[in-house]
Amino acid sequence: MKLHRILKTCAISISAASLLVACQQNNILKEALTCSPDLFKNRQLQTRVFEAIDEQKLLTASAAVLQDLGYTIDETDVRSGVIVCSRDRDVTETAEVILSVTLEILSILVGAPTSVPYDKTQKVLSSLVTTPVDSQRTAVRITFQHMIWDSDGNIRKKEQLNEPEIYQEFFSKLSKSIFLVAHEI
Amino acid sequence: MRKHVMPLLILMVVLAVAACAGKQKNILETHEPQVKLRSMQSRVFDISDHNHLLRIIIATFQDLGFVIDDAEESLGTVSGTKLSGYALRMTVSIRPRGSNQMIVRSSLQFNLQTIEDPEPYQYFFSTLSKALFLEAQPID
Repeated sequence: MKLHRILKTCAISISAASLLVACQQNNILKEALTCSPDLFKNRQLQTRVFEAIDEQKLLTASAAVLQDLGYTIDETDVRSGVIVCSRDRDVTETAEVILSVTLEILSILVGAPTSVPYDKTQKVLSSLVTTPVDSQRTAVRITFQHMIWDSDGNIRKKEQLNEPEIYQEFFSKLSKSIFLVAHEI
Repeated sequence: MRKHVMPLLILMVVLAVAACAGKQKNILETHEPQVKLRSMQSRVFDISDHNHLLRIIIATFQDLGFVIDDAEESLGTVSGTKLSGYALRMTVSIRPRGSNQMIVRSSLQFNLQTIEDPEPYQYFFSTLSKALFLEAQPID
């Protein structure tokens, strides 16, 4: 009788937990697939319109600046104005390594050895899209995301990058690249 | 000793074969029937310009915070990933229906799980409809 009651409680708890997880996932997907209130702010941050340059030349100038920045071009589709690229970097910080080693030694000294991982590698994923605005102007929009793995090989971060400085720096370099392409330098 | 080793070896071989078969089954496994899945993942839009529709879809991906992984205009496919503590992957394909309409199909993968629930697709098509300023109709 007691076992029956325990089993029943377990079954109810498991059903409630799975319902909660499903509900939470649905909320995440709703948010992910609906435009956020920051849409216009982000669009403005990620987009620049260039005058007197056709789409093909803008794509060429963009690919060149991405190469300048050390990105690998993974995919391109000129007919839809898309460049997909990525960059892998070592993001190990000496201070973080020292802190990690110190904490690991301390954990051994107190008799509970624990691994204290630190940020090790970063992969930046980016896509650049060009869109003709009218016969004279072409828009370019770029978005960045990154993933960071720790020293144990686990993913520590996976997120969008919305810092304005990144976009400002990119567009400043793109303006220079457009000038170089226009003058065939 | 040898008497115990043999059954153990047989058990290990059986488990290895079962595990392998399970993984192979995963490759083509879905929980929903093919027609139902297609229906929930597809909408018809009153638009005939293939390139224009694909560009609007790409812009919608970017508006939603996705980074494009791949785009192929001639095939009419776009794939992208959104990272925000989770990884949401989406592939959208388009194909003509008659001379004035296009069928848009989306498929979603949330982390390691394929989404076979209609609601998330409704959210996406609602966002895409707004981008197109057109009303989407479910497939007959």
